[in-house]
Amino acid sequence: MHGIAFDVAHLLAGCLVLVSFLMLYQDRLYSLLNTYALHATVLFLSVAWQAYIQNAPDLYVTAGIALVFKAIIIPVALHRMIVKLGIHREIETVVGTGPTMLAGMGLVGLSLVVMLHAAAGANLMAREDLAFALAVILLGLLIMVTRRNAVSQVVGFMSLENGLILAAAGAKGMPLVVEMSVAFSILIAFIVIGIFLFRIRERFDTVDLQALDRFRGERQ
Amino acid sequence: MPMFLLLSGIAALLLLAILAVVFSGSRFATRLVYGAGLLLSLELLVVGGLHLLCDAPPLALSLPLGLPWIGAHFRLDALSAFFVVIVNLGAAAACLYGLGYGQHAEEPSRVRPFVPAFIAGMNLVLLTADAFTFLLSWEFMSLVSWALVVVEHRDPRTVRAGYTYALMASLGTFALLLAFGLLAGPNGSYGFAAMRAAQVSPSVGALVLGLVVIGAGSKAGLVPLHVWLPEAHPAAPSHVSALMSGVMTKVAVYAVIRIVFDLLGTPHWWWGIVLLVLGGASALMGVLYALFESDQKRVLAYSSIENIGFIFVALGLALAFRADGFQAAAALALTAALFHAFNHAILKELQFFGAGAVQHATGTRDMERLGGLIHRMPVTAFCILIGCVGIAALPPLNAFASEWLIFQAILLSPSLPQWGLKLLVPAVGALLALAVTLAAACFVRFFGMSFLGRPRSEAASCAEETDGFSLAAMLLLAGLAVVGGLLPGVVIDALGPISTSLVGRHMPVQASLPWLSIVPIAASRSSYNGLLVFIFIAASSGIVASAIHVFASRRIRRAPIWDCGYADTNPALQYSASSFSEPIRRVFGPILFLARTEVEMPPVGSVAPAKFKVHLEDLIWQRLYVPVTGIVMTIADRLNVFQFLTIRRYLSLVFLALVSLLLVLALWS
Repeated sequence: MHGIAFDVAHLLAGCLVLVSFLMLYQDRLYSLLNTYALHATVLFLSVAWQAYIQNAPDLYVTAGIALVFKAIIIPVALHRMIVKLGIHREIETVVGTGPTMLAGMGLVGLSLVVMLHAAAGANLMAREDLAFALAVILLGLLIMVTRRNAVSQVVGFMSLENGLILAAAGAKGMPLVVEMSVAFSILIAFIVIGIFLFRIRERFDTVDLQALDRFRGERQ
Repeated sequence: MPMFLLLSGIAALLLLAILAVVFSGSRFATRLVYGAGLLLSLELLVVGGLHLLCDAPPLALSLPLGLPWIGAHFRLDALSAFFVVIVNLGAAAACLYGLGYGQHAEEPSRVRPFVPAFIAGMNLVLLTADAFTFLLSWEFMSLVSWALVVVEHRDPRTVRAGYTYALMASLGTFALLLAFGLLAGPNGSYGFAAMRAAQVSPSVGALVLGLVVIGAGSKAGLVPLHVWLPEAHPAAPSHVSALMSGVMTKVAVYAVIRIVFDLLGTPHWWWGIVLLVLGGASALMGVLYALFESDQKRVLAYSSIENIGFIFVALGLALAFRADGFQAAAALALTAALFHAFNHAILKELQFFGAGAVQHATGTRDMERLGGLIHRMPVTAFCILIGCVGIAALPPLNAFASEWLIFQAILLSPSLPQWGLKLLVPAVGALLALAVTLAAACFVRFFGMSFLGRPRSEAASCAEETDGFSLAAMLLLAGLAVVGGLLPGVVIDALGPISTSLVGRHMPVQASLPWLSIVPIAASRSSYNGLLVFIFIAASSGIVASAIHVFASRRIRRAPIWDCGYADTNPALQYSASSFSEPIRRVFGPILFLARTEVEMPPVGSVAPAKFKVHLEDLIWQRLYVPVTGIVMTIADRLNVFQFLTIRRYLSLVFLALVSLLLVLALWS
């Protein structure tokens, strides 16, 4: 278990966290999408490595889904959508980049502390893997929370889902059916959100979620 | 076999409820529902009664109903059998009464389906032997009785009563749920058998006791959880009021006995104090409320609170005696509590039936508008008189025997080792003695204002005697009250197995005593003989009555009443219900009810009438419920903001909640 297998798995999972940080400070939509594609690619590598060391052929399918859908189809589709909608390409953040990055670091520390305690019984690799996966999930949530733009929230959601896949791949033995259903649910979520984006755009000439809130007549 | 008969009887009652909906348009629906309900409750009564009288061993049965991995457990032991007898005796009487009374209800089809369902629900509670089925039946019982409370839903007061009742019932069930959760322990063994076997720590036991007092006490009407009772019980049709006040409160008493005496294990001496204090407060407050009330059914509902107080005092004594190892005294107190529950069920039903008959005949429940009914409704008046004499605990009726036993138990308290109990129990005894005398005053007022004097309204002056079924139900209960008073030993002996199983001993066997006497502990200490008292009262009053007849009746002259110089004496000039209670209000009102009187005199020379107003405040409502309601409303107002957040803020909330949970997890270890 120790040795090269562990090191590579550790490296790839660490890279995924790093790419999540990269996503955290992107302030252009295009570069956010590109970083997301990179995120998915790293996920692909990580899952494929897990498939190799665990000798689990069905994980290759998961890896393939990650590569085809998440690294290629979805980013390309979102690109085209942005062009078609003529969306404002700057991302409005709620909090400044600096505090966000600091919060992200805090979250990574928290997830490491929690997971190393909580999964003390599991083997070393699964433990590290789970810790990184939790960090990726929390960072994805942080992206969703700190952005106003709907597209970047979609991206945050999908990076969160990447964290889930990473966790599942690390904990041996998630059945293929579950993975398939997760993948398809993500796809459907993507489609639905895409349609919604078009609809919102048609109606309000913007995809800024605050317009929606104004329309609901909220008291703020 | 008995178990099968009981459960099939309950199932048949539920089926009857459905049939009542199907045939709601039929002319014979009332006959069908109440007739079949009468037969079924008689069947349950006989089965339960035989099980109790034969001292049969407990029967258990599991059915694959409810939660798949738990199932539904039922058990019939002496305690359940006794309460099955109480419930079905009450239910049979209510169905008999309903055969007549149900005909002239305003919307009978809104009442009929729920009555059999209500009876079935109460029976189910008594037979269950696991927490899940118990709570399910308990909720079913509450829900169906709520539906019966809001039958006349067009009256805003009824709706309000229903709302209060629903709130208090949910609070009660919630408390019971927590109590069972604590009893089940970490392994989650929800069967009563496992709870009985497990021992809980003293602090958990105290917590369970508190939760049970809240949960079952709110159903029984224990002060200060009684607020819904005087609103909800009178709102229902009279035979349902009788069931709720006479019988459903006893189901709550059953829950207390089952959990505290049976499941909770060894008691601590101070647990008794909780029940003693609450019971004493209920007895006094209940009767005081009843004294200042002029609505007949509300008087009766408040009187139920008083009697529940008596039962709880006796239970508290039993708990204290049992904790200190005085088994004979504990058996006496427990038997007294059960006997009083039985007696109160009979008397309260009788009185509610009478109030229902009066309401039907006159269209009002307000005592200030009644009067003189003894001439128009002689049989009803006689039955209610028996009920009033009984509930005022006068010998030789049944409630005297049970209250006498309670006082006998109180007199044993100096043998208790703890000074707290030594001082408290006589004080509570004094409270009870006060409550008994006030209850006597209350029911003199009840009977006198409604049935004696001259009619205070047009409706009261042309009232008609009620129908045969109602009269039969009332006469039956009145007869039972008298028989119970003359033969208390039979009931006490039947209760023996219960106190043997719960406190380890039973009272001395009464059947072997000569002349139907009863002795609480030993004949050398004290004894009571209902038969002798009855013969004495009957003989002495007979002699007096005949003497008066012989010496005075012949000299009767009919002449115009001296009218003090006023030509027309208005019936409103009679002694009224509120004037009757005025002296007692003077004593207790200023402290317990913040009573204020306002006299408004007309200016000199004016012929306008003077006005006299009395303001009473319900301190428990003002000091306890109003602040709680205020706090809940304030919190709700503050939290209302969360209804109107943006999507991103909701996400942030979820995120923050997740992070803080993780932080707790990280810091915990």
